Amino acid sequence: MSTTVPIRLSVNGKPHELDVEPRLLLVHLLRDRLGLTGTHVGCDTSNCGACTVHLDGEAVKSCTVLAVQADEAEVTTIEGLAAGDDGLHPLQEAFWEDHALQCGYCTPGMIMAAADLLARNPDPTEEEIRLGLEGNLCRCTGYHNIVAAVRDAAAEMRGASAAAKTPEVV
Amino acid sequence: MGAPGAETAEREMPGGNGYVGRALKRKEDPRLITGRATYVDDLVLPSTLYAAIVRSPEAHARITAIDTSAAAAREGVEAVFTGEDLADMAAPCPMVWVPPGVEVHVPEHWPLARGKVGYVGQAVAVVLGDDKYAVVDAAEQVVVDYEPLPVVVDPEAALEEGAPIVHEQFGTNKVFEWSLAGGDVEGVFAAADVVLERRIVNHRTAGAAIEPRGALAEWREGHLTLWSSTQIPHIARVILSIQLGISEERIRVVAPEVGGGFGSKLQVYGEEVLVAWCARKTGRPVKWTATRSDDMLTTHHGRDQIDYVRIAARRDGKMTGIHVRVIQDCGSYHLIEGPVIPTFTSCVISGVYDFDAVQTDVVGVFTNKFTTDAIRGAGRPEATHLLEVCVDQLADELGIDRLELRRRNFITEFPNERPHGFVYDSGDYHGTLDRCLELLDLDAFQREQAQLRERGVHRGVGFSTYVEICGLGPSRALGPDGWGMQGGYFESAQVRVLPTGTAMVYTGTSPHGQGLETSFAQIVADRLGLDPDAIEVIHGDTNTGPFGKDTYGSRSLSVGGEAVARAAQKVQDKAKRIVAHKLEAAPEDIEVSEGAFRVKGSPEQALSLADVATEAYIPADLPEGMEAGLDEICFYDPDNFVWPFGAHACVTEVDVETGRVEIVRWIAVDDCGRAVNPKLIDGQVHGGAAHAIGQALYEQIRYDENGQLVTGTFVDYGLPTAAEIPSFETARTETPSPTNTLGVKGVGEAATIAATPAIVNSVLDALRPLGVSYLDMPLTPERVWAAIQEARR
Repeated sequence: MSTTVPIRLSVNGKPHELDVEPRLLLVHLLRDRLGLTGTHVGCDTSNCGACTVHLDGEAVKSCTVLAVQADEAEVTTIEGLAAGDDGLHPLQEAFWEDHALQCGYCTPGMIMAAADLLARNPDPTEEEIRLGLEGNLCRCTGYHNIVAAVRDAAAEMRGASAAAKTPEVV
Repeated sequence: MGAPGAETAEREMPGGNGYVGRALKRKEDPRLITGRATYVDDLVLPSTLYAAIVRSPEAHARITAIDTSAAAAREGVEAVFTGEDLADMAAPCPMVWVPPGVEVHVPEHWPLARGKVGYVGQAVAVVLGDDKYAVVDAAEQVVVDYEPLPVVVDPEAALEEGAPIVHEQFGTNKVFEWSLAGGDVEGVFAAADVVLERRIVNHRTAGAAIEPRGALAEWREGHLTLWSSTQIPHIARVILSIQLGISEERIRVVAPEVGGGFGSKLQVYGEEVLVAWCARKTGRPVKWTATRSDDMLTTHHGRDQIDYVRIAARRDGKMTGIHVRVIQDCGSYHLIEGPVIPTFTSCVISGVYDFDAVQTDVVGVFTNKFTTDAIRGAGRPEATHLLEVCVDQLADELGIDRLELRRRNFITEFPNERPHGFVYDSGDYHGTLDRCLELLDLDAFQREQAQLRERGVHRGVGFSTYVEICGLGPSRALGPDGWGMQGGYFESAQVRVLPTGTAMVYTGTSPHGQGLETSFAQIVADRLGLDPDAIEVIHGDTNTGPFGKDTYGSRSLSVGGEAVARAAQKVQDKAKRIVAHKLEAAPEDIEVSEGAFRVKGSPEQALSLADVATEAYIPADLPEGMEAGLDEICFYDPDNFVWPFGAHACVTEVDVETGRVEIVRWIAVDDCGRAVNPKLIDGQVHGGAAHAIGQALYEQIRYDENGQLVTGTFVDYGLPTAAEIPSFETARTETPSPTNTLGVKGVGEAATIAATPAIVNSVLDALRPLGVSYLDMPLTPERVWAAIQEARR
């Protein structure tokens, strides 16, 4: 085997120190080394987005990031998106409620991309959602319900953050 | 096909608590939205070897030498195998379509090439090693000498005298010729006022499931376990047994979570057989996961027909006959059933129209490309496309409004036997079109279209009124003495009530996204008075439940779901006898209502399913002669196919400066019989229509003249994104199928079968003022722009 390089990173809030091949892709580190198989691989060319994770808070396609590039970074995967252990993120709730998934293979990447979109634009129009998810392919749903779910989750999250800002009246 | 006047299934109200028909959220979703589902590539076994496959860069060549020594010498490489090493295999890939009286040429197709390659991407050698990156490096060191042979890629050229022959032993590139006709075809064409003729190309596409194929094999104590991303674990076990010569009971095939199929995983691929062979050979688990490039090269393609269409009509608009000659590009080798697919075009060649005579002639052709086989719709999208495009063309020819022409020819009486023997079970073609036009508001559209045209904006609307055949299918119609498929097409189900009164359902279908864990639970819930959450639906493992026939041909609900309903009914019947015995009533006086088995008229006299289960599993006081347990099996083989139908309307806008087509509105009114879960139906319609939009506008598998695949990744193969697909306006009518007690029809393929002609007709409507009268798919900007320029000349 080739030379390895030591890296340190945090994944879903948990610190890891590993020695990796310089060519190891972040997605393979997550899947094969850390056992986080919720992040999927669907293409070789950064088109499908099934491998989308957050790297220091921004969505990246982890098949196009070397593990060494994630040195000293914070990574969030689908397994770490929801706050609690059993809770669901509003996007996960909305995907379930709106039937925004069928085979589920693109779903983790789609949700991670949507979370990034909503972080940048909390109230996107339908067109903004469609353009914002252009980097994620789904073959099952025709996107209709995915768009609806992102809109619904956005409303839910805006409602929650508005509620958080409103002083409680007693 | 399908007995004329096939008997109407007796329908009883299941009783229970009304879960069927409700848009419940899916039971399968929690694991999928949290990343906890297990797809094949997520599985890890101790000491697994990874496989990398050496593929042919040549489309047609003799293999003169293979040198594996450099690869085998690399650190971490366990073994390298070539076709010669696989000499102990029992059989090549079986092709299961053997039509009576028709010769089909079937070349031997082995997991690794033997002496010759026939397509780019054909597997030539496999490298096994401990590290999945290192085996890819090693595979590059396998040196293969090829002696190139002349290549043929165009199926019509392949049929010409002097064309390069793909398989010398047959002396021809013709795979088979097959024909199905009914009525006085010659007579109606001789008597016709008008005969419309068109050549329609239905180009090659990919299934493009987002999960690439993959397989993991383990050989332990003389037993093989294969985990595979497949739609057909049960069929795969039979075929693995045949190819590997392993006794069937020693093979277990598991389809874990499967990331989409669309027909492309209705297959037993060489790699599945190869990893199994390698696991037995090495004694270690062997895993192979396709890259997207592997998948585009060697996951079977679909469509690829050239259709020569003739329609005979009278001046008053009566369509009397249709004759289609189909040239099907089969590629160079078959997988399990490719050649049969174009014959399904014939099944619905009459469409929703009352033709007096129909004829479909199919010629299959070998070319130096990869195999074509079933992709969502499998032969029926081609039929709808050619028919619905030609109906619009005929309307123009006759000067009759295209919807009026359709309505004058709609079949209105059901069951309806078509000239070629198929019996449409039920339908209401005016009904779905009426609803579609209501949603569209055609008058308003036409006013808007006229105003926009004055401003140089080209908008059009196109329609498709379709019927499709699914619910595969009656074994006697499809089987060895009928269509010639070497198998039965029943489906199995087992419903097991557990001692505490909840239930397990085992289905022989193998869902991969359709939501059957939910819809089947709804069906059983109503029959047993349970909540769907108290019912687990188990599938995709040949070691659980009865032998099944898997998932394809929109059969899972109308055949698999009906089997589940009937098995649940058997459980209900037995439970009623137990309840009657305990409550001293007659079994026929017991009903399931509000979650319990109650005496009619005295609802307070009741037992819960848990009470019944206690009686059944502690059998101290069962009715005389009754066996213990509460566990029933059904094998259901339908009497007929089911025939979903509907009307789709598509509004497009064409930028005449660039040729770019934008879909402005999509209205889909589909009738798939009784709805079990409307949420799931809408999802299937959205996805099905999107699949067709991809073919109509963007997607094409293209080979160059040397047989090189030029659309080998998602960079070049235009899978549509959220930005290209419109929102869908969906509605349903519900015309129950008389074929099954649920009254259901399939919906997984319906919208894909319906949708492409609506787009083409819409674009032609938009471009009518410019004189563009016909276009083949895909309607790329380049093609549309060129047609506009040509028409202006």
